[in-house]
Amino acid sequence: MRPKLELLDQSLIERILDEAFQLIREPGVRVAPYAVELLRSAGASIDGDVARIPEALVRQALQTVPHVFFLYDRSGNPVVHYGGDDVHYDPGSSCLNMLDAETQQMRPAQSRDLVRLVQVTEMLPQFAAQSTAVVCDDVPAEIGDWYRLLLVLWYSDKPVVTGAFSASSLHTLLELLAIEAGGAETLRQRPRAVFDVCPSPPLNWSEFASQNMIDLARAGVLAEIVSMPQAGATAPVTLAGSIVQHAAECISGITIHQLACPGAPVVWGGAPAIFDMRTGTSPMGAIETTMLDLGCAQVGKSFGLPTHGYLVAGDGIRVDAQGASESGISAVLGALAGINMISGAGMLDFTGCHSIEKLVIDAESIASAQRLVQGIEPRAESLAVAMFAQTGLHGDFLKLKETRALFRSEQHFPSAVIDRGAHSIDDTRPDILARARRRIEELLSGYHQPEISSGCAQTLVDFARHEASKVSLQKLPSIDA
Amino acid sequence: MQVETFSAMRQSIIDGLPDTARNLALQAVAAGTSPLEAVSDGFIPGIEAVGEQFAKGQMFLPDMMASAEAMRAAMAVLDTELRKQGINRPMAGVVVLGTTRGDIHEIGKQLVGTLLSANGFQVHDLGPDVPGETFAAKALELKADIVGVSALLTTTMRNQKTVIESLEKAGLRPQVKVMVGGAPVTRRWAEEIGADGYAKDAMSAVALARSLMDAKAQPRTTVSL
Repeated sequence: MRPKLELLDQSLIERILDEAFQLIREPGVRVAPYAVELLRSAGASIDGDVARIPEALVRQALQTVPHVFFLYDRSGNPVVHYGGDDVHYDPGSSCLNMLDAETQQMRPAQSRDLVRLVQVTEMLPQFAAQSTAVVCDDVPAEIGDWYRLLLVLWYSDKPVVTGAFSASSLHTLLELLAIEAGGAETLRQRPRAVFDVCPSPPLNWSEFASQNMIDLARAGVLAEIVSMPQAGATAPVTLAGSIVQHAAECISGITIHQLACPGAPVVWGGAPAIFDMRTGTSPMGAIETTMLDLGCAQVGKSFGLPTHGYLVAGDGIRVDAQGASESGISAVLGALAGINMISGAGMLDFTGCHSIEKLVIDAESIASAQRLVQGIEPRAESLAVAMFAQTGLHGDFLKLKETRALFRSEQHFPSAVIDRGAHSIDDTRPDILARARRRIEELLSGYHQPEISSGCAQTLVDFARHEASKVSLQKLPSIDA
Repeated sequence: MQVETFSAMRQSIIDGLPDTARNLALQAVAAGTSPLEAVSDGFIPGIEAVGEQFAKGQMFLPDMMASAEAMRAAMAVLDTELRKQGINRPMAGVVVLGTTRGDIHEIGKQLVGTLLSANGFQVHDLGPDVPGETFAAKALELKADIVGVSALLTTTMRNQKTVIESLEKAGLRPQVKVMVGGAPVTRRWAEEIGADGYAKDAMSAVALARSLMDAKAQPRTTVSL
């Protein structure tokens, strides 16, 4: 039995959806001109930039939206299964800052940080996907979004969770992916990337978000709606009320998306959070933030849709017990909720800062969560009696062949990040930061850069040089070519 | 009698009751109480108490919002009366406020604006999603002392730097102090982009604005509160 956690009962889900459908009719949803005609011609009422979307139109979109799809690795293997209760993790996205490996102080992230983070993530089986984890300060802002994707494609074979910074730059990112895939049609058939698209709370599909949703649908590339209600600030203060808003933003987004291209893949995702009434921040490590993620995902699952959430992130600015506690709790709860893609590992400071040391510690929490959802299985016809028949009351289970045959499937073995060597008191044993640093070095020593065919690599570099020249960037940072 | 009225004014702000605050202001005007005294002895002590309780963790942002709303209601009455009587409330400085380009969030910034106004600053709120050039143009037009730039998102925080660049381009930087704030903003970030100060919350922003006014004639240093 796979253990499962649900926070909403059926009647509450129905009330949430009923109010979400009410909201998209009244007060409606703000949409950009790019989406207005699509909605108007399909029967939505348009008043200025506000669309009032009838429930029937959403229901029609929900008929065409796919319930299952995959993200593929460089070789074309389906490695992320969006659908059902399968759970995958990727590092958090778009941090401006990095916790420096040496000083453990925050500083602007550089392209070399992203490369190192990608290399470590590549080596950790806990992460099914990479993310465009940081915004590189040594890369001109105008090309920051596609350049970080280039770095991930260059240094990793895994699928990527990414996103564009503007409506127009999306096409540059899609071109990069198409080059890497061997053409736009291959990209459509075996997408390696999913694009996060964020409506602005409350109920606003901005020009950038509207256009991204429509263009991604038409390109047949996965879109992941990242609705971000902040309970008490940009959304109702109650968790249930914020989940209603999240649902309203998702169903309106899916409607726009499916009108642009029926059957295009889209993920019911989000980064909801509470708004801390003392500090005005959005704590990602708060238990209520995790509850919001779980509730929002459960509503998406009620439609049978693939889901995403933002968990495993912390709010402190140190690699410490607070971060481990916040991330550990949400890693486990997200897994129990069966959220298909859980973003956020490695993040600190309300998602403002990445730490590779935290990433490898979070990977241990994730591994425990992954073990948890495997549940407790019988493994053999006899649960215990057959083993007692062999050992009697001596209790010498260590010698049994069953023990040797089954312990590997029963027990998860953490890396040396987790200190289990407590045979004696030893003050010289390294603390968790030192163990994390050692783990990073160990992972990096085993890393090998992916083999990209020379033709593809050259085309990627030529494309990048051409695009970079538009902002007078002569040398491609952190690309050896 | 007046002591009781001032006490009620103070309490109306602490309790966040705009109707009560407005009525008390109207009663004060009708009774011939000096509008300046009503502000300084009645309502400002209220907002100061709110700030103190907020700093101690005894009041929360929704309480602050309600108190700021009550303050606005009272000040609308008293400012009108001050103008009618030809009295100038001592002005602490001219502040242009806005949320940076690409960012539509303005709760924190509105709170800062309200508290600055309550504390004698002349505040011009440009709203959300404001380009750097607009900040510079308004600062030039109003001969602003301070430009305050808010950002809620890490992705839009970068645009705080473009506001400073716009002020520099307009030749305003020597005379205009820049303060930055918002959830992701840190003192280090403020220093990095060349801002003059960073405040972690709305009450700190008032203290920061005062210290920036004091420092206007002094050599540049980044102030953090």
